[in-house]
Amino acid sequence: MIMMDESAELSVSITQIVQRLKGTHLHSQLEKQAKECLHKPEIKLETLKDDVRRFLKASGWERKLQNAVYRELHILPPPGHPRAPPEHTKEPLAYMRKAQVNWEKRILKSLNSMCTELGIPLARKRPVPEQKELTNKWNEMGTDEPDLSKFRPVYAPKDFLEVLVGLKNPNNERSEDLTVRSHWGLIQVSLNVRDIPQMREMYPELGITYGQLGIDDHTHVPPDLFESEHIHIGKKVESEQDSAAAQQYSRQGCPTGLRAQLWSLILNTSNDPEFFCFNFIKQDITHYEQLKARVIHHDLLVDNLIYKDVKLTASNDDYYFVFEDYLYQVLLCFSRDTAVLEHFNYNCATPPKSCIQSKSGSEQCAVVYPPNGVIPFHGFSMYVAPLCFLYNEPSKLYSVFREMYIRYFFRLHSISSHPSGIVSLCLQFERLLQTHLPQLFYHLREIGAQPLRIAFKWIVRAFSGYLSTDQLLLLWDRILGYDSLEIVAVLAAAVFAFRSENLMEVTSLASAEVVTCVCMCVLSNTKIVSSLTANTSNPVHPRHMFQNCWDNHF
Amino acid sequence: MSAKAVSCTIKSAVALQIGDAVSDSSRPGVYITDITLAEPVNIQEISFKNYYSAYLTVRLQRREDSSAKWVTCLRNYCLMSNPHAEAGSHDYFSIHRHQMLTEPDNVTTVRLILRQPSSEWLNFSIEEISIYPCAKEDLERDVPAWLSTLTPVEEPLDLNGLPDPETVSSSIQQMWALTEIMQASQTAASIGRFDVEGSYDVKLLSYT
Repeated sequence: MIMMDESAELSVSITQIVQRLKGTHLHSQLEKQAKECLHKPEIKLETLKDDVRRFLKASGWERKLQNAVYRELHILPPPGHPRAPPEHTKEPLAYMRKAQVNWEKRILKSLNSMCTELGIPLARKRPVPEQKELTNKWNEMGTDEPDLSKFRPVYAPKDFLEVLVGLKNPNNERSEDLTVRSHWGLIQVSLNVRDIPQMREMYPELGITYGQLGIDDHTHVPPDLFESEHIHIGKKVESEQDSAAAQQYSRQGCPTGLRAQLWSLILNTSNDPEFFCFNFIKQDITHYEQLKARVIHHDLLVDNLIYKDVKLTASNDDYYFVFEDYLYQVLLCFSRDTAVLEHFNYNCATPPKSCIQSKSGSEQCAVVYPPNGVIPFHGFSMYVAPLCFLYNEPSKLYSVFREMYIRYFFRLHSISSHPSGIVSLCLQFERLLQTHLPQLFYHLREIGAQPLRIAFKWIVRAFSGYLSTDQLLLLWDRILGYDSLEIVAVLAAAVFAFRSENLMEVTSLASAEVVTCVCMCVLSNTKIVSSLTANTSNPVHPRHMFQNCWDNHF
Repeated sequence: MSAKAVSCTIKSAVALQIGDAVSDSSRPGVYITDITLAEPVNIQEISFKNYYSAYLTVRLQRREDSSAKWVTCLRNYCLMSNPHAEAGSHDYFSIHRHQMLTEPDNVTTVRLILRQPSSEWLNFSIEEISIYPCAKEDLERDVPAWLSTLTPVEEPLDLNGLPDPETVSSSIQQMWALTEIMQASQTAASIGRFDVEGSYDVKLLSYT
């Protein structure tokens, strides 16, 4: 009985995926390959179907198709009940949808008022001389010092946090006092978040008995215990060009020398040019060149927001200031990429719209602004910055960033009940802390230093800019490996756990910030992965679990 | 298949609680809703939208040889996997004939027993209840064994303009052999345009 429903759902999923893959570059390549192989002697008319299929498998094309299907499965909208309206499928909780709508209105108002105050249009066509100038300095936009003082970020993470704190379920009563039913933390909604035993089941590869890159490749650990074998397996996975295998592999960390290719494989953004046809690389580049042309032709107000953000964040960062030019090249193109609009199929946010006059007639046409529907906020460029260490070709860098955004990063700044959504992550962080360090939580709460106020900025940026890049990339390995952002919440709790004894002594929010900041610096110099494994492996006693971390590092 | 729902009268929910309903401060954990049908129906499906109910029990009153008998056709069906958390609280559900413990034939009344043990929520109920009858030809009887592996026709799949799954699965095989003329859609060589006839002079954003 249940099986019939599952196979029905499967048929719908297959139909959706086939529909999406039809007409893609991969489809035409497969057609071409199959047609060309007909000339080969081993293809016989009597067994045509099987022979062609065998050929496509042997030449690696079947694997390519598998990877494409695997990618589609990642971004397939969740199956909905036939009677459920689309907005319900994206976000079932009505009060969260409402909160998202209200938040978006605030952002639009802010952008409109900035636009009116400054007298700058939201978008305009660039005059030809300006287009030429931009083309010439495309690779060194960072040398420009435009006057950005008038521009302010549309919002910062702390504004967004206030919105999340204000989220209330009308079917729930909450009082300010601490009662049996209170939430100690800032997040007042009751979402299902995993506790430590459940996470142990979900993340077995982070258990103490598994080797990890980030711990077991430490200089004093002999490489043949884990590292050599793991690198050997990594090379095999990469040569097999298997997305699913790469994702599984990434759970124990990616070796530095293989990470770029493996992430690209997991995200199915491109292929090894020696193994597959050159056309795939060309496709990436053509797409990117088209976007670049759009940047040249049209000037957007959000470009200034991007400039400002890069100047304020990445350019001031010791690790990332060298990549300033790359960041402009990626983010300006990102704003103009209409393919990003597809992610609104499963994101409950709606892209901002405007009406413009059509050239020919007097009719008003609705357009999306910016073309990708995403308004950048303060710190947005930090999603791209760490990737600059992996990819030095802008088109490659762009593809990987875009895929990471539409799979993961968008969830960090839209209101939803999704397990990897920012609300769930914040709640999970608070619950972990409350369950395992109740005294610390209570103390911080009493001195007016709610832990989430300190940790929120780390979570929103998935720790980018708060950890050294090598440590950050190890974290992002696991995000990709488990296809979930939960690990970010766990790390945030672990940071507090590391310094729990110092934090018990602070008397203000400011000093709590200082202690955690110091902790992050320390973590950057040691290994964050051990803090993750300690959190998810078998504790003898909750206190013992964190004591373990403490003993390992200090 | 989208059969029309039968007309029915949904009575207001009755709370079951110990003690005085008015003066007692604790909220009820059980609600009972009766649905009377205009005439006896062979039920194919009951669909509804949940609002914070955790468990559902369904009892049916069937007309059998001029007497009415109550039977339980669904017992403690879980709507919210964790009664204290939001998951499933607003979801749409369908209970199909094949999920029921007894045959829902000649049904005159449907009784829905809702339970919500958690004290988190102020209210709970179910909404937008629809009852769908069986199609005229009874497809459930004498179905050969091999048919049960196919997608049943009566499954209310909303394909939204997508082609039929069965034709698609056969065409996947044919794609490999390239003996079928594929319906050509345009290759995604160029990316979607955002401007209107080359113009993209956006002045202000709309709030609607």
